[in-house]
Amino acid sequence: MLAELLDGHDYLADEGLSTAAFLALRMGRPLFLEGEAGVGKTELAKTLAAILDAPLIRLQCYEGIDAAQALYDWDFARQLLHLKAAEVTGATDAGALEGEIYDRRFLVARPLLRALETQPSVLLVDEIDRADDEFEAFLLEVLSDFTISIPELGTIRAQTPPVVVVTSNRTREVHDALKRRCLYHWLEHPGFDREVAILLRRQPGCTERLAAEVAEAAARMRGADLVKPPGVAETLDWTAALLTLGATRLDPGLAAASLGALLKYREDQEAVRAEWDGRHA
Amino acid sequence: MPDMGPPVPDAGSVAGAAAGFARTLRAAGVAADHHREQSFLRALAHLDVTSERDVYWAGRVTLCAGPDDLPRYDRCFAAFFGGRRPSPARAAMTVTVTRTVALPYDPREPEGAGEQSALPATASEVEVLRNRDVAHLTEAERREIHHLLALLRDERERRSSRRFRPSHRGDLDGRRTVREAVRRGGDVARLRLRAHRDRPRRVVVVVDVSGSMAPYADTLLRFAHALVRTEPGATEVFSAGTRLTRITAELRHRDPDVAMGACSAAIPDWSGGTRLGEELKALLRLPHPRGATVVIASDGWERGSADLLGAQMARLSRIAHRVIWVNPHKGDPAYRPLTAGMRAALPYVTDFVAGHSLAAYENLAALLAGRSGRTEREVAADA
Repeated sequence: MLAELLDGHDYLADEGLSTAAFLALRMGRPLFLEGEAGVGKTELAKTLAAILDAPLIRLQCYEGIDAAQALYDWDFARQLLHLKAAEVTGATDAGALEGEIYDRRFLVARPLLRALETQPSVLLVDEIDRADDEFEAFLLEVLSDFTISIPELGTIRAQTPPVVVVTSNRTREVHDALKRRCLYHWLEHPGFDREVAILLRRQPGCTERLAAEVAEAAARMRGADLVKPPGVAETLDWTAALLTLGATRLDPGLAAASLGALLKYREDQEAVRAEWDGRHA
Repeated sequence: MPDMGPPVPDAGSVAGAAAGFARTLRAAGVAADHHREQSFLRALAHLDVTSERDVYWAGRVTLCAGPDDLPRYDRCFAAFFGGRRPSPARAAMTVTVTRTVALPYDPREPEGAGEQSALPATASEVEVLRNRDVAHLTEAERREIHHLLALLRDERERRSSRRFRPSHRGDLDGRRTVREAVRRGGDVARLRLRAHRDRPRRVVVVVDVSGSMAPYADTLLRFAHALVRTEPGATEVFSAGTRLTRITAELRHRDPDVAMGACSAAIPDWSGGTRLGEELKALLRLPHPRGATVVIASDGWERGSADLLGAQMARLSRIAHRVIWVNPHKGDPAYRPLTAGMRAALPYVTDFVAGHSLAAYENLAALLAGRSGRTEREVAADA
């Protein structure tokens, strides 16, 4: 099963996520992953690429991203050079020039086009919630038929559709038409046992005691009312920091010194330090 | 997957059960439409239909669209298939904050004693309606003010977007330059340029609907309605009482009276107390305040901790483009911001303005348009 393959690449997925990923691969449908930052959405795409031995093509979304950055663009500098060269040789027939200028070799493939032209490949559309809704329309078209129509050139079709992972931190509700094309999975913070297993697997040299204490501290922080509760990505960073400082257990001094690897808001650090002081007092 | 268990059901009964389950979900408010139902069936074809867990996950990834659907899905799954849900349900994700202590608002309480609002009790005859405090109007005068508010134009401040438009100044627009050159037989006669488009800056309005704000809440919501109506894509409105409630959708009705009716039905906590600190914390978990002009309309009679309010205001001031605090009592020249909540908030406020009269709202609209607006003294001098 897929869970074991993911495990073989050090990604410890629970039953829900491995079923969702299995169905996405089998049904050829994009996997839409939502969840808080740092729960392993992006990491899953990287792991799938490693399992399939396919390149990972990543499209990082941002506000105002448009077709020229996501699909394709024309290489204007080379097009203009070609026009100049044609002028010199006296080839000025507009129809013929158009055919030469809008040729595949002047086309710059951006991530979505690159994913369609690379077989096999894993396409990661990261943080779709950051893009605006106009961009979702492009994406919907690409993810529905795995084709891109270029007015000057025609339609480019993927022979084998790429494996697609779309992630969202849910800072904005993504349009339902796009979600309907996908398989939806909400990723949770891992439970205590799974987090301990992840820490031991991903941080060689980490003692079981340290992993358990880190996971326990992180679980408590997720229950507290923090601005940004730590995700697995942060607990991994924190464990790495603690190991660098030579910790074999969660020593209060080292924990406080390395807190910046776990919590990135001053308010959160103060709240957690106050709680620790209260308990150690 | 185990091979034991009941014999594999035939396709017809699976499709029938899937349709029935989807119907149950729709009745519970999950948007499990026909398209999703088909996806569910296709997913089941890859899994073991006799395994409860496989059916659970196949349904969850195909029929649900968001975290809000998950608890409903779990309930329906338990009810429809008679089994327990295979994993603990996640608490529903909501933007509401329930107050930790229930403190009914009592106007006789001395808490706001330092802030005795003595807005003109005897309005002079010559005073124009524009400058009258809306708390002291007759029904007819109030209707007139509402009418004028509905006509208010929101000329929103613009900000640069990442998208481009053709322009006479700016960067090279390669696509248009090449296209034109091809049309001219390869002659690059002139370079075409492009510049960033601009778009209206988002405004987030938080209207305090607690008891002490009761005389002004209706007028403030009507002002918010005028903003939503003129810039529907760039305005978000929340009511704040004991919980934060998003009322943007309710205010989208064109007719102000219909919109007000919808708001009344949607706001669960009219005329209670306020825990603005906790509500701002909830607001800051949402994406809307980032880069926006945030308008907080409140008298600052905070029931919760003033420290919490101050901390949230500090965060808000770092995330928002600009924070405008509208206090109806500020129209009174004798007003001093003495309450703990107001004092904690003020250091983080870009503009502190009045909100008691039509003139004050016109001034606020000018601020949202990016104009400096008039100072309190000028507004007061008009009165």
